[in-house]
Amino acid sequence: MKPNRNQKLWMYEQMHTSRYFEECIEKIYMEGKSPAFNMANGPIPGEMHLSNGQEPCAVGVCAHLDAEDIVTSTHRPHHVAIAKGVDLDRMTAEIFGKKSGLSGGRGGHMHIFDADVNFSCSGIIAEGMGPAVGAALSRHLQKKAGVAVAFIGEGAANQGAFHESINLAAVWKLPVVFVIEDNAWGISVAKNTSTAIEHNDARAAAYGIPGHFVPDNDPLAIFEVAGKAIDRARRGEGPSLIEIETFRLAGHFMGDAEGYRPKGEKDALYARDPIPKMRQHLIDEENWSEEQDQELVHRAHKRVDLAIQFARDSEYPAPEEAMEQVFV
Amino acid sequence: MTVATKERKLTIARAMAESIAQEMRTDERVFVMGEDIGPLGGVFGNTRGLHDEFGSERVRDTPISETAFMGAAVGAASDGMRPIVELMFVDFFGVCFDAIYNLMAKNTYFSGGNVQVPVVLMTSTGGGYSDAGQHSQCLHATFAHLPGMKVVAPSNAYDAKGLMTAAIRDNNPVIFMFHKALQGMGWLGTEKDAIVHVPEETYTVPIGKAAVVREGTDVTIVGITSGVHHGIKAARKLAERGVSAEVIDLRSLVPLDRETVIESVRKTGRLIVVDEDYQSYGLTSEIICSVAEQGIPLKAAPQRVAYPDIPIPFTRPMEQWALPSADKIIAAYELMEKNT
Repeated sequence: MKPNRNQKLWMYEQMHTSRYFEECIEKIYMEGKSPAFNMANGPIPGEMHLSNGQEPCAVGVCAHLDAEDIVTSTHRPHHVAIAKGVDLDRMTAEIFGKKSGLSGGRGGHMHIFDADVNFSCSGIIAEGMGPAVGAALSRHLQKKAGVAVAFIGEGAANQGAFHESINLAAVWKLPVVFVIEDNAWGISVAKNTSTAIEHNDARAAAYGIPGHFVPDNDPLAIFEVAGKAIDRARRGEGPSLIEIETFRLAGHFMGDAEGYRPKGEKDALYARDPIPKMRQHLIDEENWSEEQDQELVHRAHKRVDLAIQFARDSEYPAPEEAMEQVFV
Repeated sequence: MTVATKERKLTIARAMAESIAQEMRTDERVFVMGEDIGPLGGVFGNTRGLHDEFGSERVRDTPISETAFMGAAVGAASDGMRPIVELMFVDFFGVCFDAIYNLMAKNTYFSGGNVQVPVVLMTSTGGGYSDAGQHSQCLHATFAHLPGMKVVAPSNAYDAKGLMTAAIRDNNPVIFMFHKALQGMGWLGTEKDAIVHVPEETYTVPIGKAAVVREGTDVTIVGITSGVHHGIKAARKLAERGVSAEVIDLRSLVPLDRETVIESVRKTGRLIVVDEDYQSYGLTSEIICSVAEQGIPLKAAPQRVAYPDIPIPFTRPMEQWALPSADKIIAAYELMEKNT
């Protein structure tokens, strides 16, 4: 199942939105943090994990999902949230800690919850997998439509929750797709020093489910493989496991000196940037013009600019509101 | 004749790494494992230099597999090694808690003392820099509640080195909780009072002995890690208005030095306990209860300054409002004065 022109353009626009969003967040994050870099300062305090480079994983999978489908994501969630259709204004306001944010400022960038589109994420490695299985179980028990997709990093494949969740989903034949965004690094630890096999899709065999590997961070290939897995889940045939070879163009978090990367790695990654590649594909295959491209990019950037303006203009919550929403 | 001692101020991170290095040089059983503790030197700097000196055989980066490596620490320790294991954030312990509370903390007892489990767990605690509710907790009481584990938590680099050395040499499991705001990592901001002179030679600070870090006669302020620094700042401000506050740094939660606190409260008759962990069922109630059980006549009802019973919010105004502070300690003292 290859993406049609509209699907390609949707993916391309989401990738631009996500990339520009991260570029803006990166700049704003540094406000108030110089000359001395202190995470506590500036309009966006705390840790910040940017997803630059990983956009294909989000768009290739989420192109097949509707609001009713469930997605769980990681500590690096922005690209997936954007592709899943999370309210960008309120998500941005949440990242700024504002009252108009999705959680009124309680969650921040690692805890984005948008129930309207069934999106959530968590800062604990692999811990989105169990909830994805549970959401799929809920749909099964309620005889309601919808698949669940758990996004995780390659480091998560060595957690107990990974193996337990896949086995549970497989034995109960639940509509779940597990998507590994393999960016090759768990903070400073390289995949080949922490994972006993080269590609985690091989592990699917241990649970009797299909495993797929998608090389080279290619949104079109991801679209095809994800489509197959999601259709299978929708047909009630059970879960699949997909490992995507992607890369992060940023550090683990803002402030990461990235001394662990081999020399030249970053330049090589930028040469493989999926966004210019997708643009070239559209020009070659879809009669895409420079004018159309500018219009699309402008639209994507404008949306982000407005979201950031919304966040900046929003009020902070009253401190005492901290006591609210512990119970409902 | 006075001997000039050279001032050598270290951060807690440096002090921890120095202690570990010194013990590794003299005791081949000591090794370190955890996430990003190898060439990176630990996300919070407390294993910096160890990989260069001892190599990847004894300083082992692990996969993100806490259940496995925490269980492995129990097995290695029971077989004669002395593993030091880093957990990065205390908030992450959930996935491997079984190996900690059902194995590490109990195997010595289950075996009638025949099996020793000399593991040192290192983990970061604390917030204040808007890292939200899965990266900012203290969870002191969660660990202190478990019989069979010692729990230490330094407020300064001198204690950090001595407590780490004592922990490594201890034949029991010890969890070493270091507060991020005291750690000396510039990117987290740093409490300057935590950076103190640390002797180069090896030494121990006994686990289970509190320190009176400031003497006083009117009120006893008890805390641990960040709470000690809030206490000292409050004491300085109270001194300006003629109130003499005694500040006690517990240094360890298990064993808990109740005697030092009780002795102090007998003198002052007033008690304020400070803790960045959640208030209910925690350190503050344990200390106040320990004093109440003695029937010491008090001049005012004891007060506590702890984290409210809410998950830690991300946004700065909420988090800063919820955190303990010197001002809150002073307000607690004022309340005691008013009600006296």
